[in-house]
Amino acid sequence: MTAGAPQPLLDSLREIVGAVHVITKPEELLVYECDAYTLEKQLPTAVVLPGGTAEVIAVVKACATHGVPIIPRGAGTSLSGTVLAVTGGIMIALTRMNRILDIDVANRRALVEAGCVNAWVTNAVKGKGLFYAPDPSSQPACTIGGNVGTNSGGPHTLKYGVTTNHILGLELVLPDGEVVWLGTTPDGGEDVDGYDLRGVVIGSEGMFGIVTRVLLRLVRAPQAFKTMLGVFNTVDQASQTVSDIIGAGIVPGALEMMDQLITQAVEAAYKFGFPLDAGAVLIIELDGLAPGLERQAETVVGICRKNGAREVRLAGSDQERADLWKSRKRAFGAIGRLSPNFITQDGVVPRSKLPEMMDFIAECSRKFGLRIPNVFHAGDGNIHPLILYDERDPAQVKRALEASQAILEKCIELGGSVTGEHGIGVEKIDFMARQFSPDDLEAMRLLRRVFDPNGRCNPHKMFPGSKRCGDFAPRKQIAA
Amino acid sequence: MVNRDRFLDYDKSLACIHCGLCLASCPTYLETGNENDSPRGRIYLMRALQDGRLPLADTGVRHIDLCLGCRACEAVCPSGVQYGELLETTREHIEKRYTRSLYQRFLRRFVIEKIFPVPARMRLFLWPARIAKALRLDRLLPGALREPLALIPDRITTADLPEFSPTDRPSVRGRVGVISGCVMSSMFGETNKATVELLNRAGYDVVVPKNQACCGALFAHGGNLDQARQCAKENIEAFEAENLDAVIINAAGCGSTLKEYGHLLHSEAAWRTRGEAFSKKVKDITEWLAPPSTLQPSNPSTHEPAPQQRVTYHDACHLAHAQRITKPPRELVRAIAGLSFVELPEADVCCGSAGSYNLTEPEMAERLQRRKVENILKTGAKIVVTTNPGCILQIKAGLAKAGSDAQVMHIADYLLGECKPA
Repeated sequence: MTAGAPQPLLDSLREIVGAVHVITKPEELLVYECDAYTLEKQLPTAVVLPGGTAEVIAVVKACATHGVPIIPRGAGTSLSGTVLAVTGGIMIALTRMNRILDIDVANRRALVEAGCVNAWVTNAVKGKGLFYAPDPSSQPACTIGGNVGTNSGGPHTLKYGVTTNHILGLELVLPDGEVVWLGTTPDGGEDVDGYDLRGVVIGSEGMFGIVTRVLLRLVRAPQAFKTMLGVFNTVDQASQTVSDIIGAGIVPGALEMMDQLITQAVEAAYKFGFPLDAGAVLIIELDGLAPGLERQAETVVGICRKNGAREVRLAGSDQERADLWKSRKRAFGAIGRLSPNFITQDGVVPRSKLPEMMDFIAECSRKFGLRIPNVFHAGDGNIHPLILYDERDPAQVKRALEASQAILEKCIELGGSVTGEHGIGVEKIDFMARQFSPDDLEAMRLLRRVFDPNGRCNPHKMFPGSKRCGDFAPRKQIAA
Repeated sequence: MVNRDRFLDYDKSLACIHCGLCLASCPTYLETGNENDSPRGRIYLMRALQDGRLPLADTGVRHIDLCLGCRACEAVCPSGVQYGELLETTREHIEKRYTRSLYQRFLRRFVIEKIFPVPARMRLFLWPARIAKALRLDRLLPGALREPLALIPDRITTADLPEFSPTDRPSVRGRVGVISGCVMSSMFGETNKATVELLNRAGYDVVVPKNQACCGALFAHGGNLDQARQCAKENIEAFEAENLDAVIINAAGCGSTLKEYGHLLHSEAAWRTRGEAFSKKVKDITEWLAPPSTLQPSNPSTHEPAPQQRVTYHDACHLAHAQRITKPPRELVRAIAGLSFVELPEADVCCGSAGSYNLTEPEMAERLQRRKVENILKTGAKIVVTTNPGCILQIKAGLAKAGSDAQVMHIADYLLGECKPA
């Protein structure tokens, strides 16, 4: 079922943003029927591309008048259907609002529009010795607004923290069109009295309103890096190394694992020089003041060797380090070389349970007859099994979904959670009831009602019992 | 209903897993914010066309037309989607099955395909245009014609290169061929001469076969693959006989097509092998000359950073994205400019020239031209170096419009002008 858009609403939308920025033709809405999670699809009723906060307010008010759902969207790189128009509605894409409005070096902050691409921020301040820390792998394309929605992480969040640790304040257009600024204002001091409503909005998956401007914290770029590649025969050895490094009191800037299958795909894509016969590789990056790094690196190398590493390579230049990270960050995309489709999970388990979890994933791969490569943030126990399938084979789709479910159940069983950074979206709705008690869920619903009393903003996400897409999976995709 | 014309290599289109990492690299998406104007969106449309989910009508064609073919998306795609190839076969399908306006047909079938690729006709065509410009008659023309006229530079040089130019260096390092190009030979004759001169100085004998043809890029990009294949065969025959170490090209747009002859001719086994062998020898002038030791620049200490000499470099799409060559040209420019070199923000975002795009899509071409010029002005550079004739014309016209006196130079002219003979 699709919520139709009354003609008067479309007319006012065109008047607000200009006809060229309102998309209503079915053929032009196709690409907006899903994000990077392609199992469920639904066309929005229309897509609107506002050019500034004032236009967002007017658009939201018009939708409120007609009682039509609104769905915020950035670059659509999310992996859990967070921006799916489950029952149609007006999708508000912030891709034209992509400017960096101000860079305040003295106070180490940047004011950006929500559609600003994550990587642009670091690029803009690199020359000043600063950077924006949260670095999801999609950072060359994903938007800051989307990062706020899912509280994105990234390889370097192990040391630097996730999105919420780097957002000072934000401008939010509430579902009734009222606009509020939460947290530190662009010209205000950092400590804000009262409840931290900014923190509540970060990770709310676009269900509290439309974030239009964001004040980011910039951090000083590390003076030096030691980036190492540990090569292991087995995933077990690599997992143990992860636990031991953290156990030794070292907090690397990043600590990432790739298993054999993904290493092979990534090597085919980027030709970095990864060993194709290794059971697993670890990317270990130490950063900070140059003098202390040497000794830390020695300790890390020692731990790797003790756990049976057959080789530990050190990136010899900035270029080599950049190439290594490029390979890691584009690993998901390299899956296109192995399989036409994949589902990924981003469950979290205690670090000490990693070996057990990895064994379980390998067992799932055998049991369901599907290849499951792994590339993940080992340092914080945030797994990313990539379950490969071909959507043209309904039996495979079914097995992929079952495998995915089994893995997430195991995460909960081991004392972890079902998502570290990708969000619940539509994909993991069913797990909410397993992870939270009815009281917990009711508290969350009450909180949402404070911002969106009618449940009109990005509806049918997060909460069990939400509506699913009518033609849920296996359906012939026209594009994935 | 599935479209019975199989124009799309479906497996290749399935390599797109919809991750969206291409979005921010796409110049048209950066301008419109509309995903239908992004690589991911266009692949969606191509598949919908192939599946018969989308009729071959104005809306779909519009978004495919608006693609610059700059292939910036290919360079960032983790799945290795061969977007350029998907685009060319889709465009071929569109040209065969879709009826365009009379003006677009005139541009595409006559100006772009019949005049540009033939240097003699191109020179003839330029005369009335230059006279109109000199007499300022251009003000009387409608906008659609005025824009392309603005691109024609005031100074045009033509030069017929000698068939053989030996190096005067005592030790000959090799024997290379040079593609003289269509636009290059009819508007940038001096640049072609500079290219030969640089190669001679670096110790190469240079051969310029008279019977060479257009590289075929203009045809291929416009969806006329048959004509492009004909060009390829003529070039293979012309250069094959010469026993060369390399075939040098100084226009990035031609270079990328010349390097893809094997693929272009993939359906004819014998030609494919010959095409692959030819393409393997094709080198852009910058990748052949780098590292810069062959240049023998004047003493770097005399090149103190002087603000009026600040130099920047614009990546031609078909060099940076299609051929992935970004370091050699910078090394060469840096070797001369030293500290006066500044990086250009968004250096690898298309300037809007894109082959014949500035004729067929003048509005978007102008938006991207403005974006490029704004970035150049931010650097304060007085010289913009690049490697493709289309970019030179486009950026030159844009800077003139903005009232800037910054020069735009082909890298061969820049290097030759700044290097003292050893």
